[in-house]
Amino acid sequence: MKEIALHLLDIVQNSVRADASHVDIRFLLGADGVLEMGVRDDGCGMSAELLSRVRSPFTTTRTTRKVGLGIPLLMQNAMQSGGHVDIESEEGKGTEIVAYFVTTSIDCLPLGDLASTMASIIMGSPDKPEFAIRCASPAGEMSFSTENIRPVLEGVSLAEPGVVQWIKESLEEEIEPILGGIMK
Amino acid sequence: MKTLAELEAIRKATLSRINMRTEEKSETTRVVIGMATCGIAAGARPVMLSFMDEVEKRQLAHVQISQTGCIGMCRLEPMVDVILPGKEKVTYVHVKPDMVPRIVAEHIVNGRPVEEYTIGAAEKN
Repeated sequence: MKEIALHLLDIVQNSVRADASHVDIRFLLGADGVLEMGVRDDGCGMSAELLSRVRSPFTTTRTTRKVGLGIPLLMQNAMQSGGHVDIESEEGKGTEIVAYFVTTSIDCLPLGDLASTMASIIMGSPDKPEFAIRCASPAGEMSFSTENIRPVLEGVSLAEPGVVQWIKESLEEEIEPILGGIMK
Repeated sequence: MKTLAELEAIRKATLSRINMRTEEKSETTRVVIGMATCGIAAGARPVMLSFMDEVEKRQLAHVQISQTGCIGMCRLEPMVDVILPGKEKVTYVHVKPDMVPRIVAEHIVNGRPVEEYTIGAAEKN
């Protein structure tokens, strides 16, 4: 992956597949340059046994092939920057995955186009779950949630191109001042 | 600043477009983009957003864009299936955003698949 935002696009599919109703995403950039990317869902969660081997590239829940590279690639890129990945999960309750990136490291990926990622995520799963994102840094804070715009749309799908475009542009405007410094 | 009032206007414009849409599923053209780890890593996100831009630009009411997982041909990603109503599925491989306007214009609008971008052409080499 060339961007941290692409890892988000990939990793969020796990929450969607876990049949979550709410997915909370956060990007918190500290004054020390450490970026915390968190994804918390209320999906089906994992058993202790599955959790213990979920970091392996040879673990996957799909049945067509024996490899699953989403989490291993995320771990590789977080660790390459000097960061790490935490995963907590409880069966029936949900899962939280948190990746830490040391953005001051020369080996850290750029954050990339987070607005495009969010637009793609929402477009791919317009009905369920509800997605919320919060970004914070010393420069400020923003939040956005699909739950808040759904009433305005009165039943029009979030996947309609015009709506997706609005989401993308509105997130671009709001995220840039907060995380613009680590985007490229 | 993007406002909710703008979103409300988009909703109204979209509604009138939806009303033009025929009820029958068989009229819908489907665009399916591979968005698993392999597709994303190969560049599927800008491809999907390019399709969305083109569909919005041309106000195509009958096109449905969706995502799918990994189908096991990761080396050919980004892959895009275009299924015109009543026609066979056409699979495009190694799709880049700058190929999208041609696929939309020639295939989706005019019904002529862009042969050189298809999996058939790629596998011949």
